Order: sequence, then C-alpha cells, then structure tokens
Amino acid sequence: MKLLPPWEMERETVSKAKAETDATIGYDPYRRPIDFHIRFGVVNLDKPPGPSSHEVVAWVKRMLELQHAGHGGTLDA
Amino acid sequence: MLPVAFEDATKAIQAFLLSGKTYVCVVQLHDDVAEQTIRDTFAEFSGEIFQRPPLRASVKRIVRRRTIYALEILEIEGRSVLFRADCQAGTYMRKICSDIGEAIGRGAHMSELRRTRAGPFDEDRNLCSMYDLLEAYDDWKSGRDEEGLRKIVRPVEEAFKFIPKIYIRDSAVDAICHGADLAIPGVVKLDEGIMNKTPLVLMSLKGEAVALAKALMPTEQIVEQNHGIAAKTVRVIMPEGTYPRLWKEAHDRRDAMSSV
Repeated sequence: MKLLPPWEMERETVSKAKAETDATIGYDPYRRPIDFHIRFGVVNLDKPPGPSSHEVVAWVKRMLELQHAGHGGTLDA
Repeated sequence: MLPVAFEDATKAIQAFLLSGKTYVCVVQLHDDVAEQTIRDTFAEFSGEIFQRPPLRASVKRIVRRRTIYALEILEIEGRSVLFRADCQAGTYMRKICSDIGEAIGRGAHMSELRRTRAGPFDEDRNLCSMYDLLEAYDDWKSGRDEEGLRKIVRPVEEAFKFIPKIYIRDSAVDAICHGADLAIPGVVKLDEGIMNKTPLVLMSLKGEAVALAKALMPTEQIVEQNHGIAAKTVRVIMPEGTYPRLWKEAHDRRDAMSSV
C-alpha cells in the first residue's frame, strides 16, 4: 500500500454529537475584524535571496508594526 | 518560500515542525555509477527508513523511523543526481544522501537543497513578496482598503490544513484555552484515522484553532466512549476569555445543586 504524504491524504470527519455554536462568540476565521485577522495571520513570503530568514522576519515586524513574528523554519535538514 | 506567522499565530509555528516537507535536492556521487544502479538504490529509499539525527540537531539522537512518501529522480548528469523527496517532518536529507552513497557503495554527499513545501505552504501558491505585503499594509493604514491584506495574510487555521482535527463544543473551548486537556464529552466531531499520540488541532465549531494537542485515544475509542480524556493540550492558541467560562458555571451550578 502506497504511503501518502499528508497533503494527499483524504480524511473523513466522524460525528459524535450534535451541537450548535453561538454566533455572537468568536469569529469565522475568514470573517475576523482586520486587526484580529492580522493577529492570527500567516503569510507565505517569497524570501529575497540575500538576507537571512531572521532578518526578513525583523523587517516584517517593523513594517507591519508587530510585537511578535516568527518564521516556519528554513532548512531543517 | 518562507511562511511567516504574526503575533498569536506564532504559537502555530510548532505545527510546521510536524508538517511533511518536500525537498528538491542534488546528491553528488563520489564515483561514476550506472544509471540503473542509481535508480535501483533510490527505489530502496522510498517508504520507511531509519535515521539518527546528526550532531547538530536539537532533538534526541536516537535512531528513529521516518517515512519517505515519494522519491523521484528528476535528472542525472554525470555524478550529480537531482531529485525530489516528499518526506515526514524531521527527515534529514543530508543523511539520506550519504546513506544513498553508502548503499551504492561508492559514497555520496548532498550538494544542494531547497525546501519547496512545508505542510500546506508550497512554492506554487502565489508567494507574497515583501513589496506586496508592504503595499497591502499601506493601503489599509491609509484608510483605503483592507482587501489586499485579507487576501495576502492567511488565517492561521490554514497552517493546520493537513493536521487531524477534533471539533469541540462551545462550552469546552475556554477550559482548553486555560490549558485543560480535552475530555470526551467536549467532542462534537473528529477526523478519521487519529491514533494514540497523533498530533492534533482542537477546533471550535466555527473552525477556529483553539489549541494544538496530542491524542490519547484513537478515533474509534473517542467515538465509542462517553468518559475519559481524548487528548492532551500541548499549546493553546486561542486567548482565554474568547469564549465564556461556561465550564466553571456548570461546575458551580453542580456544586450548588449538590449542597441542597
């Protein structure tokens, strides 16, 4: 049996209970007010070849006036 | 291709360490080798392999099993072999290259490496340039338009696209935000194929990421049982108080009732 990478696996969702969610609490991730959208946001950046990932993140923090930012690792290997 | 997370989304970066990766790599063989030998050896490296992390790794250096989902030779030119590898998180391509060299018997080393995918983030998906980002931010700040930012900046939930999920009821959310483990009564629906120790994301019914967790039971057991702890909370993402403290009220009500 061929081993599938996570991006090719199809998973079904199994229901255990019936429940509703209160529309007045929290947000649909695609309907967050813009400041929350940024606060819980990620970007797939086309990193310029020169600077290090660390420098790029520092620039982004400054540009977007963020308190925190981090990158998803470069080459772990 | 560099995924960058903002503010609270930085808590999700751990998930990148769990995501499968795709690398494009060049291995330099230390001698001339027949093409068929190269192809045959590569075929041996698909599937499950064993690796010990190198000296420089930040993980425990025990031999561990890793899965190579796919290994495809793209081009062979003399002693250089260009190939693509889809592999489980924490697979060391440098070691794969030197092991291929050992398997062939003539030695080899990795000469080039590029990561082209980390979980849901890949090179083909309209990468955002620094300029695009600055422009979109500027459009918003000068009061004109937030649409550019909304398109370029993705909700952190997209980073979890390929991680198995358990959806929890509203009354369970804040407890998890306070670090509580997930008790079975809080589960509404869940993905198939979850096993003990599977890394998970706990989601609200609106699709918001609540916390990263680790399964303590497989899907079937969570569905069947009515009590017990389904998952251990590892990293909370949603701030406390986003959802009301319904768990404490229910607890107080129960205490008040029992003292009657």
